[in-house]
Amino acid sequence: MESTQLTIQLAYVAAAALFIYGLKLLGSADSARKGNLLSSVGMLLAIVAALLDQGIVEYQWILLGFVVGGAIGAAAARLVQMTAMPEMVALFNGFGGMASLLVGAAALSGSSNTFTLVTIVLSILIGGLTFTGSLVAWGKLSETLGSGAVMFRGQQIVNSLIVLAILFSAVMFCLQPENSIWLYAVIALSLLFGVMAVIPIGGADMPVVISLLNSYSGLAACAAGFAVNNNILIVAGSLVGASGIILTQIMCKAMNRSLSNVLFSGFGSVSSEETVIEGEIKPISVEDAYYILEAATNVAIIPGYGMAVAQAQHVVKELTQLLEKKGAEVNFGIHPVAGRMPGHMNVLLAEADVPYDQLLEMDDINPRMETVDVAIVIGANDVVNPAAREVESSPIYGMPVINVDQARTVFVLKRSMASGFAGIENPLFYKENTRMLFGDAKESISGLIRELSN
Amino acid sequence: MEVVFLTFILMLSIFLGFELITKVPATLHTPLMSGANAISGITVVGAISLAGNGQHDMANWLGAAAVAFASINVVGGYLVTDRMLAMFKKRGS
Repeated sequence: MESTQLTIQLAYVAAAALFIYGLKLLGSADSARKGNLLSSVGMLLAIVAALLDQGIVEYQWILLGFVVGGAIGAAAARLVQMTAMPEMVALFNGFGGMASLLVGAAALSGSSNTFTLVTIVLSILIGGLTFTGSLVAWGKLSETLGSGAVMFRGQQIVNSLIVLAILFSAVMFCLQPENSIWLYAVIALSLLFGVMAVIPIGGADMPVVISLLNSYSGLAACAAGFAVNNNILIVAGSLVGASGIILTQIMCKAMNRSLSNVLFSGFGSVSSEETVIEGEIKPISVEDAYYILEAATNVAIIPGYGMAVAQAQHVVKELTQLLEKKGAEVNFGIHPVAGRMPGHMNVLLAEADVPYDQLLEMDDINPRMETVDVAIVIGANDVVNPAAREVESSPIYGMPVINVDQARTVFVLKRSMASGFAGIENPLFYKENTRMLFGDAKESISGLIRELSN
Repeated sequence: MEVVFLTFILMLSIFLGFELITKVPATLHTPLMSGANAISGITVVGAISLAGNGQHDMANWLGAAAVAFASINVVGGYLVTDRMLAMFKKRGS
């Protein structure tokens, strides 16, 4: 190996080490920022090394790509609102997939051995479906497309036909790489498949979908690494792939559903069996809520996607401070699938300056729930639904939930009585100790703050 | 042999990835995902030599486009992750 090649390869080894150590530092919130920095140094090193490649005869197109992409990326990173992080991650998953598709297609010229062809097909296929799948996920998250599940008769059959067509074109592509019709067929079909795979999945299942697409964007980079014979792509791609798969597993477990159940059956298709819920709904005014809250010494706040929609995280922080000043203990209970992506609530509350050690995971807050005087549910529904424990016929039976109904009093902040995304009745609203505080979450909390500061 | 060598790397990195990621606490899952976005921009390394091949052929243009897409991920991913992580604070600090 001549010396430039050797330098490049050694730089890749160092870059891989930095990625790995960076991820290791992400294991604790104290060192995470440093980990991200190290990881970015690794990336810089890998890019500089790649620029030393002697196959490069001109730099203007590379530079143009950097400038355009870098400017878009920097602007997006600076401007994005924390409530919109799921959309941004979804889009970035898609861009990663697109880059791998393009590299796969470009690697075709000049290679003809079967193994390389197979990896080219894989990088195009995974990259393509990641790209369009992510665009659809982005559309659903940003409500550009409706967030509901799109189902139609014969959907499974259509999808099976697409898969068969993909397999056929992929095989033909490997047999006749010089006939570009198969290349175009694989590209078109993978793009189509990405759309078809994500449209039947509803908004509430998006945490699973984003995690899975995150994983695919890594696997696509991995396949592209095989296609262009580059081991740093394989290492980095598989780290991302593993990360996405683990998050997918965590999300599925938190919903008590299998991955195939999330992907292939819309949650809307619930048995229409009516469950009779006993009790009545007891609305409460901000004033009355204040009297109960004022006497509380132990308060738990359970946020959900509704808090993000109402942009209520800052007033929630203010409420927390006021309660603490009055001597109450305040904790947050975070369900793994609260929000639209893994960790969504934690980022929103971090933005509002809530310290991360005040955010308790479901398994930590549940044992303490009986000592809680007031549990405040803000824009969460399914993740606090006691039907998951009590009603065997409920579609979410068996899903681990935060047991707010075991607190002495529960306030549910909710716009109206419409059921949550999944359309499941929530017996919590009818419990003896539940009080409904109707209205915009931000306004209701602001009302409580006004009462408390008087 | 090259194939076996690359597959060997794949196998080891997947196991390593599982070990590392399971240790990331739930509170950091969003930064983990955006950080993963940035790392998946590694495709830029594969795209650079294609974008600079000087052939002005299809592969050249596809490579240049790939550099642009991957750069969005690299730059945007690391910056937004840093922005988020800067907000995570401990009680009393």
